[in-house]
Amino acid sequence: MGKLLNSRAFAISTGVFTVVGVFVLLEVLLRIGAINKYIVPLPSQVIMSLERIIFEENIMSRVAETAYEMSVSCAAVIVIGVPIGAVLYKWVALRRAVLDWVAAMAAAPLVLAFPLFLVMFGRSSTTIIVMSVITGLAPIIIKTTEGLLAVRPVLINVGKSLKLTQQQMFWKILLPAAMPTIFSGIRLSWTFVLISVVGIEFLINLGGLGQLINDLAERYDLPGTYASIGFVIVVSVIFFVLLERVETWLRPVK
Amino acid sequence: MTEASSAATVASATQPQLVIDNVFKQFGEGPGAVIAVDNVSFDVKPGEFVSVIGPSGCGKSTLFNIIGGLLDEYSGNVMIERERIAGPHKAVGMVFQEESTFPWRSVMDNVAFPLELQGVAKSERLDRAAHFIDLVGLKGFEKRMPFELSGGMRQRVSIARTLVSGPQILLMDEPFAALDEQTRLLLGDKITQIQQELHQTTLLITHNLTEAVQLSDRIVVMTYRPGKVKRVVNIDLPRPRTSDVVSSDAFGHYVAEIWADLREEASRGMQDSENMQRGRARRG
Ligand SMILES: Nc1ncnc2c1ncn2[C@@H]1O[C@H](COP(=O)(O)OP(=O)(O)OP(=O)(O)O)[C@@H](O)[C@H]1O
Ligand SMILES: [Mg+2]
Repeated sequence: MGKLLNSRAFAISTGVFTVVGVFVLLEVLLRIGAINKYIVPLPSQVIMSLERIIFEENIMSRVAETAYEMSVSCAAVIVIGVPIGAVLYKWVALRRAVLDWVAAMAAAPLVLAFPLFLVMFGRSSTTIIVMSVITGLAPIIIKTTEGLLAVRPVLINVGKSLKLTQQQMFWKILLPAAMPTIFSGIRLSWTFVLISVVGIEFLINLGGLGQLINDLAERYDLPGTYASIGFVIVVSVIFFVLLERVETWLRPVK
Repeated sequence: MTEASSAATVASATQPQLVIDNVFKQFGEGPGAVIAVDNVSFDVKPGEFVSVIGPSGCGKSTLFNIIGGLLDEYSGNVMIERERIAGPHKAVGMVFQEESTFPWRSVMDNVAFPLELQGVAKSERLDRAAHFIDLVGLKGFEKRMPFELSGGMRQRVSIARTLVSGPQILLMDEPFAALDEQTRLLLGDKITQIQQELHQTTLLITHNLTEAVQLSDRIVVMTYRPGKVKRVVNIDLPRPRTSDVVSSDAFGHYVAEIWADLREEASRGMQDSENMQRGRARRG
């Protein structure tokens, strides 16, 4: 019994049943008038609108565009953030000077600076990517530094006793030891990035799903808007499933 | 071994390979300072097995780190082959007191790690690692990850990882502390066997009396803080020696003799911590 409750199939079917259950519940509450239909559309209408947004609104190419911006931004936060985190680990004075600022950056409402980025990069995917990268960078930097600082001294001593070079020490001991913490940074950063990509698409009315949501909302097409949000969720889930795969492949540890 | 090098080994056999000369280490300054190692001197000859025994907190690990070249702010000298060490020495292999396996590597990859650094070809690497995994009794666990092993098994992985590169000088800080008595005795036999075969110079740090007598040629008994050398005892038990030796009369005699010294220090250590607790209780 316990085995069944912990199985993957059970987890997946629970997830599916929960979603279906919420849909049914919403449908009922909306139909009896417990929830205002002008705020939340009927789930059945949302599902019916899928056909319309798939064929009329070109949803697949929009998904591709959003996914492209997300992929570039998600890759960039890792490629930029991890080395910065490593530099801050190594360089104590710099760390003392800037780490708090980096943390503050995570809390800053960077989207408000969008006119500035529009001036620099035009109304283009570049603006969306650059802004999203900046928005998502802080957690990965902080977690990388934190993870490296928390490596158990005895592991570093093992490396020293084996006369590792600085580079070997980094690649063979420090980085793998810090990996779980770095991954939790990546997860946080990616959350920021994914929100930011769609949010800025929406805000500057450019690109994929964000723009579509903006359009449909302005047309008061509530079922279509919600269906598009559904697509955003699906794309995000795919990103996190991939990340999880990579993590277990790198380190099969609970 | 060529003739010239074996001649050199014979010539240096009388020369101590590892010399600890007046080593002193203090942590902190002023009234809160702790003298961890107080003018400790002894030496270890090539191929000799020496144990350092002392109560908990007497500065054994500190001394271990100094000899391993991991702590360089100390006074006095640690010399290997008549040269003062500067950082970790290439002839030295260390087994640490704390758990030190790499959690992201399998047992096999942990043990093969030093060979990987040396650029040993993969098939040879795996063969050699497998040999030492077998030696520490972990055959069949090669593909397991450390989190799937018990604490004692993990410690044996670290021992194998150090032995695999065949260090001339082996430093071990309470390597058997996490093991049960039976495993400890049997693993002790294995270690003695390799040590005799490879003619390895070994310094074992321990607080276990039977283990020290079972394995050593000489035992350095340390005092409780500050850690000084209280006495050096020669163990004249016959070699080759196995764990059967623990039932002999001579063995019991040595244990009793060293215990008499150690008990005094250990009870000072206990009093110290009781006083500290009482002080804390009074304050709290
Ligand atoms: N980095 C450090 N900073 C300050 N004090 C330290 C430090 N390392 C050790 N000490 C102190 O030095 C003394 C000796 O510590 P050490 O770890 O060498 O003892 P030990 O003999 O190995 O003990 P055990 O048998 O419990 O492992 C202790 O009182 C400890 O508090
Ligand atoms: Mg210790």
